[in-house]
Amino acid sequence: MLIGLYNYWVVVVLMMIGFYIVIANGNLIKKIVGLSIFQTSVFIFYISMAKVDGGTAPILAEGIKQYSNPLPHVLILTAIVVGIATTAVGLALAVRIKEAYGSIEEEEIQAKDNLDC
Amino acid sequence: MSFLSLDTMLQFSIVLPVLATLGIVVAGRHPNLREAVTITTSLVLLYFVSSLYQGYESGETISVQWWELIPGLQVSFKIEALGMMFALIASFLWLITTVYAIGYMRRHNEQNQTRFYSCFAIAIGSVMGIAFAENLFTLFIFYEILTLSTYPLVTHSGTDEARKGGRIYLGILLSTSIAFFLLAIVSTWFVAGTLDFTAGGVFDANVDLTVAGVILVLFIFGIGKASIMPFHRWLPAAMVAPTPVSALLHAVAVVKAGVFTVVKVIVYIFGLDQLQNVSSSDWMLYLSGFTIIVGSIIALRSDNLKRRLAYSTVSQLSYVIMATLMLLPLSVTGAALHILAHAFGKITLFFAAGSIYVASHKTKVSQLNGIGRRMPWTMLAFAVGSLSIIGLPPTIGFISKWYIVLGAMEAQQLFVIAVIISSTLLNASYFLPVIYAAFFKSEDQPVEHGEAPVLMVMALTTTAALTILLFFYSDNALELAQQLLPGNSNGK
Amino acid sequence: MLTHLPVLQVIVPLLAAPLCLLLTRSRLVWVFTLIVSGLAFVISGLLLQQVMATGTIIYELGGWDAPWGIEYRIDQLNALLLLIISGVSTVVLMAAHTSIRKEISPDRHSLFYILYLLSLAGMLGIVATADAFNVFVFLEISSLSAYALIALGKDRRALWASYQYLIMGTIGATFILIGIGLMYQMTGTLNMYDLSQRLPGVENTRTLFTAFSFFIVGVCLKLALFPLHLWLPNAYAYAPSIVTAFFAATATKVAIYLLIRFTFSIFGLSFSFTALPLQLLFVVLGLAGVFVASTSAIYQTNIKHLFAYSSIAQVGYMIIGFSVSTVTGLMATLLHMFNHALMKSALFLALGAVMYRFGSVKINDFHGLGRLMPYTMAAIVVGGISLIGVPLTVGFISKWYLLMALIEKGWWPVAVLILIGSLLAVVYVWRLVEVAYFKPPVAGNEAVKEAPLSFLIPIWLLVSANIYFGIDTRLSIQVAQAAAHSLFGVSP
Repeated sequence: MLIGLYNYWVVVVLMMIGFYIVIANGNLIKKIVGLSIFQTSVFIFYISMAKVDGGTAPILAEGIKQYSNPLPHVLILTAIVVGIATTAVGLALAVRIKEAYGSIEEEEIQAKDNLDC
Repeated sequence: MSFLSLDTMLQFSIVLPVLATLGIVVAGRHPNLREAVTITTSLVLLYFVSSLYQGYESGETISVQWWELIPGLQVSFKIEALGMMFALIASFLWLITTVYAIGYMRRHNEQNQTRFYSCFAIAIGSVMGIAFAENLFTLFIFYEILTLSTYPLVTHSGTDEARKGGRIYLGILLSTSIAFFLLAIVSTWFVAGTLDFTAGGVFDANVDLTVAGVILVLFIFGIGKASIMPFHRWLPAAMVAPTPVSALLHAVAVVKAGVFTVVKVIVYIFGLDQLQNVSSSDWMLYLSGFTIIVGSIIALRSDNLKRRLAYSTVSQLSYVIMATLMLLPLSVTGAALHILAHAFGKITLFFAAGSIYVASHKTKVSQLNGIGRRMPWTMLAFAVGSLSIIGLPPTIGFISKWYIVLGAMEAQQLFVIAVIISSTLLNASYFLPVIYAAFFKSEDQPVEHGEAPVLMVMALTTTAALTILLFFYSDNALELAQQLLPGNSNGK
Repeated sequence: MLTHLPVLQVIVPLLAAPLCLLLTRSRLVWVFTLIVSGLAFVISGLLLQQVMATGTIIYELGGWDAPWGIEYRIDQLNALLLLIISGVSTVVLMAAHTSIRKEISPDRHSLFYILYLLSLAGMLGIVATADAFNVFVFLEISSLSAYALIALGKDRRALWASYQYLIMGTIGATFILIGIGLMYQMTGTLNMYDLSQRLPGVENTRTLFTAFSFFIVGVCLKLALFPLHLWLPNAYAYAPSIVTAFFAATATKVAIYLLIRFTFSIFGLSFSFTALPLQLLFVVLGLAGVFVASTSAIYQTNIKHLFAYSSIAQVGYMIIGFSVSTVTGLMATLLHMFNHALMKSALFLALGAVMYRFGSVKINDFHGLGRLMPYTMAAIVVGGISLIGVPLTVGFISKWYLLMALIEKGWWPVAVLILIGSLLAVVYVWRLVEVAYFKPPVAGNEAVKEAPLSFLIPIWLLVSANIYFGIDTRLSIQVAQAAAHSLFGVSP
């Protein structure tokens, strides 16, 4: 039972790793890396749930009755694009923050902001 | 009988003052023209209201429906006895006050007079809306407009003191109306399914008495303009306003709108019979008695003349509430008459206070020694006003108090009788010494000054004369007051 | 043409966005964007008319039947939201050309309009689509452009705010994605209508609970429900003024739309309110939001911060109305979404005008603003009064319905707390009013002039809407009522 669902365990572990990095790390780049891992875990979740036992890739062929569900793959293709866009925007922001604040450490940025106030 | 139908006049009596603000603003740069606009408007308004009165007396039903704001809740107006009386008082005294205000504001070279007259007109328009409202919902709308439109008047001088006064004024009036009054209205709407003022009340017989009791308390505290303790502090705070504002709005229009609403709620939302069984009405009766006594004591201890008058108003307003809460025909008649009596008496007193201030820049009671010889008209009027508040003949104040006392006798309310006796003594002791000092003591430091400007003296003599005249010609007022009661509603 | 309205609604701004690149002149791009947004507004108006006349419109993209193809479904709820979004967007855009001249460097002007249109298209898409995954895609389109728009703010803190929003927003969106994935896993469909048909069959599975929980948390992050609101104040405060005005009126509303759509039409009322203690949770969080955010608002010195916190408080009211889960409660929420959009767009646009003249919106800049920029400040006062909920403004209508809903449900304590919470609005609005009218301008600010007409016209359009829809409530109440009824009656 537990082992049969190992794909979910992988998803959950990846998700928690990503989430932890986002929350606990002060470095803006690392946060984005964490965010990517977090998102990727969801992609894996979608892909793995589409697999039908004994099914093959959904290409019409002689003698094959069972196919895996192709729809989640398509969905995840979209989600990957979204994920890349998010990462790109995040990194671009990090670059601009570095230019404006001279740092990409959360604490230092907060400290500079507090000085401004 | 006239070129306008009564229904149209009813609408115009609300809209006209608001429209007049346009004229006032446009004519803002020419003071004479601007004041002419105000005076004309108040004359026309008075004409409208008195025509409405005639129409009402001849037994016509005058009502107007505007539009449905929320499904089931109309903004609509209908003339009824108490509202008629209130509208007559307010529109008549607006005319007098305008005359007075012109003298006061010019002598004083006040700033922003255009804003002053505009807001004043809006306030009067909303008072008309309150007076003629057919249902509680309409009344509430105009009640809130009245609060907001008088804020700029209270803070007119723009000083720090005015800002603080305005903060208390708006804070208490808006908070009570939002937190209690609105809740009470929504609850009534939910429980009774209607907010129309109905003879005998809107709640049906099997309404939960606890709920009704809670709603009553919410109403009485929520109608902050009636200034029952502990929500009375806005009234003394509002005294930072120029005297015409204090005179018309904070002795007549705003505070009377408060007690007017209380009376309407008790008579037309709850119904006198219904309330007999609600225990919280007793508690509110005691609270109003408490307010009367404490208000009078604070008045006695105040040396600032306007503050003394303000606390006197606080206590007099509770007379109306207390009389209504005795839930007897006689006492409710007394309450309605007291709205009239106090209006004339107190506006005279405020006019006098303003005259004294303008002529001599004195604001304290202790400075008034011997002033009666320099300002005989003003101080005579002051004496008449005082007599009316104390409740002595030959002033209208005597009649209203008479009815309240009769009501208390009939109800065998010893508490009320005790309150009336002691407050009368207190009233006498905070007014009579002033009059004595003004006429019979000699001045401390003689300063040369004469009477106030002639417009002001005219105004205050008129109201003083009326305070006396109404004593002799009180029939019409009495008739209106009695129509408030179920069964005597003028055939309607 | 008319049959394609649902898709045109989304496609027009989406396709117009890249076209902006071809127009190089800033003014041209502005006019183009304004026309596109105006078109979207016209389309949504037509859609609403159609829906109210004939009922739900179903549009199949590319002619593919659902569930294979993507379907757009417009019912009363969507149509209302579409109208709010496109309407606010159009009016706010009128001031954009003037406003961004001072806030964004010229070489980025066309980029600004592109992002703006994308964000608009994204929000319209979220609302129009009936496909769960499509929701996610549009959500990310609008969010990604929102991050970039916020980062355009001239203060460097805009970057930091945008980054924080990006992190929080992405986590929220991913949670929503997980929720949708789990729903798909259980039912094999992404079409909302199909989902609503199939979900009851798997109602008692743990997977569905998980799906629901992930989805709700994700949406609550997006709608800034206390305590998931931390991204909002800075994002609103440092974004360019136009962006703030647009987002404050629309962004959180879209998330609330999702919440309503998924809980009421997809999961169904009985599941949504039994699976999790959602009712209790939302009432508590909503109330906490009202109190905490309103209290924080009182202490802000940056006025954009002040109104951002006020937005969080207002979201609290919407959530409370939602959690009552009766027709009246839902109506209150929908009305407040409509009304709050009008208030906040007016207020933030007025702040944009202040920003335009002063370069900042600190409380110091408001000293003497009543004299320096009388029309702008008057707009803020009216907007603030509407926020407090004074009669004859839109705020009163939604408050009335919320109170009704709570009292119908018997939640008296909540009703009382809400009224007390709305008193806090009096405090933070009046703090601004006092500063603007009673303090002299800070040294150096005396020569500031009134905002240009390109600001005043849209501001006063919105302010008039605040009053108009507070008086003539037919449109808003009818639509809200129809939407609420359809949500309780049949599935989407």
